[in-house]
Amino acid sequence: MNATEHIVLIRQHLIDPEVCIRCNTCEEICPVDAITHDGRNYVVDVDKCNSCNACISPCPTGSIDHWRTVPKDAAYTMAQQFGWDELPAQQEMPDDALVTSMPDPSADGEEPEAMQVNASIGSSSKSAPWSAAHPYVNLYTMKNPVTAVVAGNRRLTAPEVQSDIHHIVLDFGTGFFPVLEGQSIGIIPPGLDANGKPHHMRMYSVASPRGGEREGYNNLSLTVKRVLADHEGQAVCGVGSNYLCDLQKGARVQVTGPFGDHYLMPNHPGANLLMICTGTGSAPMRAMTEHRRRLANKGQTGNGKLMLFFGARKPEELPYFGPLLKLPPELIDMHLAFSRVDKQPRAYVQDKIREAGKAVTDLLKGDTYVFICGLKGMEEGVMDALREACAEAGMDWPSLHAGMVSEGRFQVETY
Amino acid sequence: MSTIDYSETIPNNVNLSEDKTLQRALEHWQPNYLNWWRDMGPDGSTSHDVYLRTAINVTPEGWASFGHVKMPDYRWGIFLAQAEEGRKVNFGENKGREAWQDVPGEHRANLRRMIVTQGDTEPASVEQQRHLGLTAPSQYDLRNLFQVNVEEGRHLWAMVYLLHKYFGRDGREEAEALLQRNSGDADNPRILEAFNEETPDWLAFYMFTYFTDRDGKFQLCALSESGFDPLSRTCRFMLTEEAHHMFVGESGISRVISRTCAVMKEFGIEDPAQVRAKGVIDLPTIQRYLNFHFSVTIDLFGADQSSNAATFYSAGLKGRYEETKRNDDHQLKDGRYLIQEVSNGKLVEREVPMLNSLNEVLRDDYIRDSVAGIGRWNRVIEKAGFGFRLAAPHKVFNRHIGSFADIRFTPDGQLISEAQWQANVANWLPSETDRAYVASLMGRVIEPGKFANWIAPPPVGINRQPIDFDYVRFN
Repeated sequence: MNATEHIVLIRQHLIDPEVCIRCNTCEEICPVDAITHDGRNYVVDVDKCNSCNACISPCPTGSIDHWRTVPKDAAYTMAQQFGWDELPAQQEMPDDALVTSMPDPSADGEEPEAMQVNASIGSSSKSAPWSAAHPYVNLYTMKNPVTAVVAGNRRLTAPEVQSDIHHIVLDFGTGFFPVLEGQSIGIIPPGLDANGKPHHMRMYSVASPRGGEREGYNNLSLTVKRVLADHEGQAVCGVGSNYLCDLQKGARVQVTGPFGDHYLMPNHPGANLLMICTGTGSAPMRAMTEHRRRLANKGQTGNGKLMLFFGARKPEELPYFGPLLKLPPELIDMHLAFSRVDKQPRAYVQDKIREAGKAVTDLLKGDTYVFICGLKGMEEGVMDALREACAEAGMDWPSLHAGMVSEGRFQVETY
Repeated sequence: MSTIDYSETIPNNVNLSEDKTLQRALEHWQPNYLNWWRDMGPDGSTSHDVYLRTAINVTPEGWASFGHVKMPDYRWGIFLAQAEEGRKVNFGENKGREAWQDVPGEHRANLRRMIVTQGDTEPASVEQQRHLGLTAPSQYDLRNLFQVNVEEGRHLWAMVYLLHKYFGRDGREEAEALLQRNSGDADNPRILEAFNEETPDWLAFYMFTYFTDRDGKFQLCALSESGFDPLSRTCRFMLTEEAHHMFVGESGISRVISRTCAVMKEFGIEDPAQVRAKGVIDLPTIQRYLNFHFSVTIDLFGADQSSNAATFYSAGLKGRYEETKRNDDHQLKDGRYLIQEVSNGKLVEREVPMLNSLNEVLRDDYIRDSVAGIGRWNRVIEKAGFGFRLAAPHKVFNRHIGSFADIRFTPDGQLISEAQWQANVANWLPSETDRAYVASLMGRVIEPGKFANWIAPPPVGINRQPIDFDYVRFN
């Protein structure tokens, strides 16, 4: 890796002057005085802003929540921002750029143009649990990826359902690629995009535990959904997911990463995990559960409880449905929600959380770490359900939540 | 309600659960408040689930907690902004002394009067707007109206807290009276005239939230400089909510203009009659509404020469806008200020003592802030390729308070006769015909994601929700 050749990218926080009403709320609230104004615009000082997001929810307009990926050396100055009547468009970034303010990983990465960012709307921990293992990050980049070999690729979902989710195992041979549950990796699809440029990387959460998909082997697994439509339902052929789902055993894949330094599991005895996911958002949950299962098999006890809320349209579309059902109840308290089963009312993860009620709040009262992963639409319902369950139990959810966020105990990743 | 779970029902950071005196006062007041909300609050809305922002604590995370709630169950809380360590009185004759944590006896009457006057405007605007929900142009707008309403309700709570906590029995009586006066009630009206006018349609509502709630912002800014620390902290927190109200106004007008321009462009028309024929609001009508709301609102700042304002300032009770950001002696004893007046049939400038002109100072600050937003509306028109420009009228236009009261001026400040006024007033202020036309457009649109023909959708939803989110669930 030759660092001097990299362009370092940052996600720069900007305010949309067309939507902003100059109410001064953000400037008032910013804990590091990064926001200021002149007679025309409110602007963010890139040298001061630490992306703490304290200004985001107080903003009455939504103008505050804008980000541009820019080369660090060419970030928009305050003088430039003062002159704007509208936000500049996102510039195309060179593909060998290294994103330092790393976009958060997720299990399914098919935004054709954009770098992936965490779409989480609520507050999520920015730091890892205190007992998390030290993660390696950014060992391999677009410029110097590592090569992995496909050791397996099979469809997880039933053949008759539309949802095509694959379990893909990548082997690194003798390559150094240490990865923890909750981290993600980048895949570089071969070939060129519509503009004749190499494809940018796609990010996927790792579905296997630290010891390897097969314990003792230098491999990992991914849970990849073949993308045939975008969030709005328009037909698109996801470049990364179709490439991965079509891979044959033995094929070679260019990999970057690992990425992610806070969506990590705690390792101290007695730490409970409350895992809430939908679809391929299950990848990190599978990894964490499997790590705990292996510890239990080795006779390590006192590892704390596991509780899982997992939603899919139907059982046939739920990745790892079969293996999940084989997990012993003393290892994990499992609640599956299906939203499209004939003659059954639609059930979503939040409904299951409400049903479980006391079991959830009892867990939350203890030394518990919450992990949420899935499509962004799930987040609001889940947050509502947690709040309601707590209210029912006479618990002060806002302060509990705030405490968990600050202690690295509330990790959300949505996409 | 016999008992109240204080931390849950009334989110607060004023240690309510341990303050028995305050509890007793609020326990008596709260049922009356809920009765008032039922009788005078938003019409026919009590069973809707509305996607509202609730303040549950004063941290950035806590004061914007979103969820669907029924408005009578809204958790009206009592919040003071974080205390500023070692805060001083920052202006007037007491400058440099410790800020008061309790009401100084000699200023008791004046402080109570200021708090009651501010508090009276909060429920007044809810009353003025209570029928608007029946003609909302979208679910998104309906939600914004209700958000404004519940926050005005919370602002009433904030003022009532001060009255209950610091003013004893007469404070409790004033708090009761805040629920007994009603906007437009001939026998028992609200204190300030502008708050006795009905808000008849949504264009008026957006204008009101842009202009009149901005008066609220400036009054709160001036009160948040107060040497009476609880008032200062209360108002500072209220300002964070007031911002949403001005957003509703600024973006509302902007969306009306945007829709009008889109129609003008589509059909290649500019003539107001043709524009109206397409069912949108012509730009000259928007200008007339603007003239009306601007002029009515700047009256709220009071007489241009006021010994009360001087007293409030010298005593350290009410500062100027951004007092502590200004570089002067914060005493103003020798300060001078230029005001305008009519002399020998002409508008002339005269230098007067600054202390007596503090209403005018605040009014001028307000005008600067208002004009900036009008400039942003003009950019929408400019972008669409039309030459029409909106403008704030001269501050002497259509005044009813102060030295220009009932003297006739054109919107650009020319002194004119009563006959000239009568001949042209329909060009300057909304006529009955204008109001009837705007009223004719007001039909209710409640399908998620759908908008009335006369207004464009907003660029983004509330709290990152999509535009077609179910902001209001009708039960």
